[in-house]
Amino acid sequence: MATVTLRNVKKSFGKTDVIHGVDIDIADGEFIVIVGPSGCGKSTLLRMVAGLETITSGEVQIDGKVVNTIEPMERDIAMVFQNYALYPHMSVFDNMAYGLKIAKVPKSEIADRVATAAKLLQLEPYLQRKPRELSGGQRQRVAMGRAIVRKPAVFLFDEPLSNLDAKLRVQMRLEIKALQRELGVTALYVTHDQVEAMTLADRMVVMNGGVADQIGKPLDVYADPQTAFVAGFIGSPPTNFLDGGLVPGLSNGVTLGIRPEHIQMGDPGRLSAHVAYTEALGAETLIHCRLTDGSQLTARQDASVPIPAEGQSIGITWEDGHAMTFDANGRRL
Amino acid sequence: MEKRVTFKGIWLPILLVAPQIAITAVFFFYPAGQAIWQSLFIPDPFGFSMQWVGLGNFEFLFSDPFYRASFVTTAVFSILVTVVSMGIALYLAVLADRLIKGSGTYRTLLIWPYAVAPAVAGVLWLFMFNTRVGVVSWYLGQLGYDWNHVLNEGEAMGLVVVASAWGRISYNFLFFLAGLQAIPKSVIEAAAIDGARFWTRFRTIVFPLLSPTTFFLLVVNIIYAFFETFGVIHTITSGGPQQATTILVYKVYSDGFVGQDLGSSAAQSVVLLVLVSILTVVQFKYIERRVHY
Repeated sequence: MATVTLRNVKKSFGKTDVIHGVDIDIADGEFIVIVGPSGCGKSTLLRMVAGLETITSGEVQIDGKVVNTIEPMERDIAMVFQNYALYPHMSVFDNMAYGLKIAKVPKSEIADRVATAAKLLQLEPYLQRKPRELSGGQRQRVAMGRAIVRKPAVFLFDEPLSNLDAKLRVQMRLEIKALQRELGVTALYVTHDQVEAMTLADRMVVMNGGVADQIGKPLDVYADPQTAFVAGFIGSPPTNFLDGGLVPGLSNGVTLGIRPEHIQMGDPGRLSAHVAYTEALGAETLIHCRLTDGSQLTARQDASVPIPAEGQSIGITWEDGHAMTFDANGRRL
Repeated sequence: MEKRVTFKGIWLPILLVAPQIAITAVFFFYPAGQAIWQSLFIPDPFGFSMQWVGLGNFEFLFSDPFYRASFVTTAVFSILVTVVSMGIALYLAVLADRLIKGSGTYRTLLIWPYAVAPAVAGVLWLFMFNTRVGVVSWYLGQLGYDWNHVLNEGEAMGLVVVASAWGRISYNFLFFLAGLQAIPKSVIEAAAIDGARFWTRFRTIVFPLLSPTTFFLLVVNIIYAFFETFGVIHTITSGGPQQATTILVYKVYSDGFVGQDLGSSAAQSVVLLVLVSILTVVQFKYIERRVHY
């Protein structure tokens, strides 16, 4: 159990700055998800907390103690890697017991702790198997088990689900969340998948180009994005962006953002468009429209609403409260 | 299912493999057969007549204390060459694996000795340790150590081991480095987070994961030490002093071509033939099975 604090943390590889100063305060037991596109520095940030990368400047504290120069093994953390990083020549039991054996925990206690973790993760039948004899989901569980048995102060997850198929990913997502709640351990979780971020996080950190664009509760971030990047990255399909010059009442240089579910269709609208194509997904329908200047816009409507024909001319409107405006630098106005 | 290419007739496939079979037959099977045949005779030194002795050559060989001593010499020599060359190569490979800058140069420099022919390497080492003009022996003399591998059996063995192992380090280094780089970085990092320090990580993670490479090199190096070190021994010690560095292969040469005892030499070749067959079987049988984790 511990708090984690990042103070103006920066990272450069040679002359390339990768992380430009990130501040995060993580409360004890909190589940923080760092989300962003590839190359935004989210994994690097996590590896700096783990101690696998040096910190160029700034401070990382775990439980109030600055750990910048402390070895990974002394930070009281456990990490789950994207490729699981299981020891291929050891059985599942030995994989989980490895850290405890090194810490010279008594044998009986090792057996107890591994048994408890195996039970929690439903790994009991597989303890004597080698990693190559397990399925992807089971390997994932072993990696989790290895983290759990050590009873660390902080869990670090580096895209742990991205090697699993879609169905398993949803299931493991729920299990990770339940497990973290049950154990009450502070968790830092890196992903590029905004659905994972939305569902897992107590608070999420949206990273863009080495900067934390926004930190907040998932629904707050969704409802009130502080930058155009966050508005576009969180939410699927993404927020529609329109040039301010197109919209009556807005000036050039300003960008208007409207989420697909906030677009209403019907004549007469604020803008006129025609339906380019439609995607009926069952519970909802996505309607892709093209405005007169060629820019594209996606609307989402309930399946109960009749689907407009492709090619049909249509009016588009929205409520003022749902319109988000951004300045030329992408900052929310 | 494995995809198989099938030929309609029998003649085309025979034609295609014929060159390889012909080469093998002429240069390997025929001489091997000759050796087996000759091992049953005692020819006169000029090759004009042969006398049938059956297994007499073998009986004589195994009752010959010099031949049995040569087995021990070969074992000591091979183990030393293998351990020294593999140990140093592994150490260098671990260091090179940690390098980030300049690793290309470092690797290239380490690979160079491999290009030096064994006999040339032998001459190089011989010059350095020559009892009268050698640089190293002169410095050893300054330090009060009287180096003389021409008379001292231990020093002679040490020198041929070092010279043989030296050229081999490059080869082993390449394989070890490739093996090290094939170990996923995240596995090492996971072990670091699990609390394992460098030496513990090496002992419990890196070395076990290297075992396929290590086993392969073990077999290859033993074969090398058995059969390919002739040039080094011939140039440095010629098997002496007192046959202290006469390994089995060298004895085949010295008994056959120097001692003109062609029958015994042929019998020794047959023994070596059996030995290398056993090594090859071991290699093929266990390289797939034992070393997999």
